[in-house]
Amino acid sequence: MSFTDLSRGVSTASEGVLTGLPYAEFLGLQFSVGQDGVTLIMPFTKALIGSPQPPRLHGGSVAGLMEIASIAQLLHSLRDEEKVPAIKPIDVTVDYLRAGQPEDTYARATIVRMGRRVVNVQVTAWQSDADKPIATARMNVMLKR
Amino acid sequence: MNIVMKPVIDQFMKFIPHIRELGIGYSGVGRDWAELSLPWQEKLVAYPAPDGEKGVIASGAVFTLMDSVGGFSVQAARKIPAPVATVDLRLDYLRPANPGETVYGYSKVHKLTRSIAFVRGYAHDGEREDPIALMAGCFMLTSGSKS
Repeated sequence: MSFTDLSRGVSTASEGVLTGLPYAEFLGLQFSVGQDGVTLIMPFTKALIGSPQPPRLHGGSVAGLMEIASIAQLLHSLRDEEKVPAIKPIDVTVDYLRAGQPEDTYARATIVRMGRRVVNVQVTAWQSDADKPIATARMNVMLKR
Repeated sequence: MNIVMKPVIDQFMKFIPHIRELGIGYSGVGRDWAELSLPWQEKLVAYPAPDGEKGVIASGAVFTLMDSVGGFSVQAARKIPAPVATVDLRLDYLRPANPGETVYGYSKVHKLTRSIAFVRGYAHDGEREDPIALMAGCFMLTSGSKS
């Protein structure tokens, strides 16, 4: 799956696996498209552990999940554009709210402002209880049309 | 050279699965700073490059490198390998890493209070004067989890 395939995937399919994107594949990411946009799922594997005792997810794996959730939501939002713009991250700020348990993790992004060149995105990651986020992120992304 | 911390960091590397999987390794440590390396690997690429060229390392992998080195720099400054929890971490992505190059993450503790460490750092791929990302973060000193 290339960048354009990912774009097509989150535009047309309701769920699937992010294949062909090496880092997303390395994290084992899956997607699901619903009424409220794209949700990414990062199933728990031992390879995601960043603190062995007690086992906790590496904060970086959660950040990676949230960054890709932003891109996936952005591609979904831009699905009706004739030509998909190139997307480049400008900056990302992650707030860690709770320790990541050895469980499946979910992330969903909201486009706060879609500018012509810069997009501001808010992302939330959670595990078994969606009302108890484990991390939030704010991301600015550059569009090259 | 912080001789207390080097063996600690080496050991940590071996036992943290996500760090091992990414291939993150020791690069240097001092009184209040640490540096780790992230060698280029096909599996860390964001999007495959056309025509079999090497692709750019995903920004998420660089984030993991910086989160890791931020934590290690706090341990170096405290001179004890006690666990730390990331409160927040910000990265400015100045430019993509050069495909095929090892990325280095440097972090320095600027202030250590009883409960919080304030760090600044950067990621580079060979030349410190031409960083690929700037980092600012806060870590909480803790003996357990936050939740």
